[in-house]
Amino acid sequence: MKNSKLTIKDLRVRFGHKQAIKGISFDVYQNEILGIIGPAQSGKSTLLKVLNRTIELIPGAHTSGQVFMDGQDIQKLSNVYKLRRSIGIVSPLPVGLPLSIYDNVAFAPRMAGVRKKRDLDDCVERCLRQAALWDEVKTRLQTLGTRLSGGQQQRLTIARALSHEPQVLCLDEFSIAIDPVTTMRIEEVLKELRSQMTIILVTNLVQQARRLADRTAFMFNGELVEIDDTKVIFSEKAAVRQTYEYVNGVFG
Amino acid sequence: MFTATPLTLKNERSEKAARLVFLSMTLLMVIPLLLIILHLVAKAWPILSLDFLIKNPSHGMRAGGVFAPLLGTIYLVLFSLLIATPLGVMTAVYLNEYARDNALTRIIHLAVVNLAGVPSIVYALFGLGAFVLAAGIGRSVLAASLTLAIMTLPVIITSTKEALSSVPFAFREACWNVGATRWQTIRHVVLPNSINGILTGIILQVSRAAGETAPVMFTGAVFYKAIREGDFFAYGLLDQCMALSMHLFTISTQVPDVPDALPYGTAVVLLGTVLLVNAFAIILRVRLRSRKKW
Repeated sequence: MKNSKLTIKDLRVRFGHKQAIKGISFDVYQNEILGIIGPAQSGKSTLLKVLNRTIELIPGAHTSGQVFMDGQDIQKLSNVYKLRRSIGIVSPLPVGLPLSIYDNVAFAPRMAGVRKKRDLDDCVERCLRQAALWDEVKTRLQTLGTRLSGGQQQRLTIARALSHEPQVLCLDEFSIAIDPVTTMRIEEVLKELRSQMTIILVTNLVQQARRLADRTAFMFNGELVEIDDTKVIFSEKAAVRQTYEYVNGVFG
Repeated sequence: MFTATPLTLKNERSEKAARLVFLSMTLLMVIPLLLIILHLVAKAWPILSLDFLIKNPSHGMRAGGVFAPLLGTIYLVLFSLLIATPLGVMTAVYLNEYARDNALTRIIHLAVVNLAGVPSIVYALFGLGAFVLAAGIGRSVLAASLTLAIMTLPVIITSTKEALSSVPFAFREACWNVGATRWQTIRHVVLPNSINGILTGIILQVSRAAGETAPVMFTGAVFYKAIREGDFFAYGLLDQCMALSMHLFTISTQVPDVPDALPYGTAVVLLGTVLLVNAFAIILRVRLRSRKKW
């Protein structure tokens, strides 16, 4: 049995009267890539917001149920900022903060109190290298992050998500705004990162989950339909008929 | 294949018509404005000089310059902005960034928007009752500045809120995701990217504070007060003062036999002060926009 990094128990989220997540439970294992697939509006992105508790900052959101990280109930943590730093989030559309490339990556360590220029320099270089962006931007770190191309900006957000040394990296449909070549490069990056952290990969592209994920979860309409080894999910052996139909594109 | 059809021709005609209509409306706006300024300057021409700016009114307001009222207006505008800006900006930050969307904040929002539309005479009476009488400050620069501050506050709050909410929500989420607090997010990302709009809103209120007559007439501006010419610290906070708007009202309606050029000159100085501040605002905006980051 593998170690559980995250344990989600009977999680429910609603926005006003609209149920976004309707009671789901599953484990995320240490150092795995967990793919989460499912059509739009099935609660995948909301799930990520619950993990780092930014859901609390969204007006009208109500959460019940429990999430454990390394056995600790995240609702009961006194340092929510540390929790957020231990989880890296990459959003669907790249959000380059309106700061220089350097400042984008150095933002998180600075907010956490790192002041020494040496440390910041090291962190920026390490993260940009990890995100496969360093060679393209090393000569112009002071230019605006928002001037980069879409694919570069997405790698910049990945570098930013890595800058606070997360234990869990969540990618929310990271490839919808970038070209296939960049997507492949980032997928290579993810494979390398797997040894250092746990990765949750929310994706609309079922083939992406098939390529990368150790296990895959299928979410639909706020419910967890099935979670199993990726091989199983993408085979005839999928326990639920819906899953089979979805991954084979005959859904609906 | 690419030849014009009757439909495209029709579209082109309406395109031209629309352009013409909008252009003429713009000119219709600009021409009267230029005419007014030209008229004012022409009428005031004989009296305009440096002396006019640095001499007090004299001979029962029928001669001399506008030093005392000009300095009074500068004081009133400056102090009212010093009071209203921090108060208004901080309120707007709270309402836009912290406050939850509930019945109370909606009432506050509604109150602020409605207060922005209250006529200035109502603020004048409020200032008279609250600051001059109830608080016992008496008719003074301070009471008048407070009244002007209360008058400009709702607009500053509204425009600041507008500027803050123009910063994309995704930026805030990105900051929260990396473990920044709300205040860190506001300080490092939201404010630097909305400062442009915030300043514009504030500076537009300068012209309003400088131009309003009623609020200062009831709370601190006087008919006539001689001060030492050239002394820029001539008014104390609790002194009464003269003000350009009130001075203009006085010499054009209350004093007989005032030479024509005098009220026109006063109007030009008032207009010039406001235009100067607006020009400053435009320069500031252009400089900040060149640093605009997305």
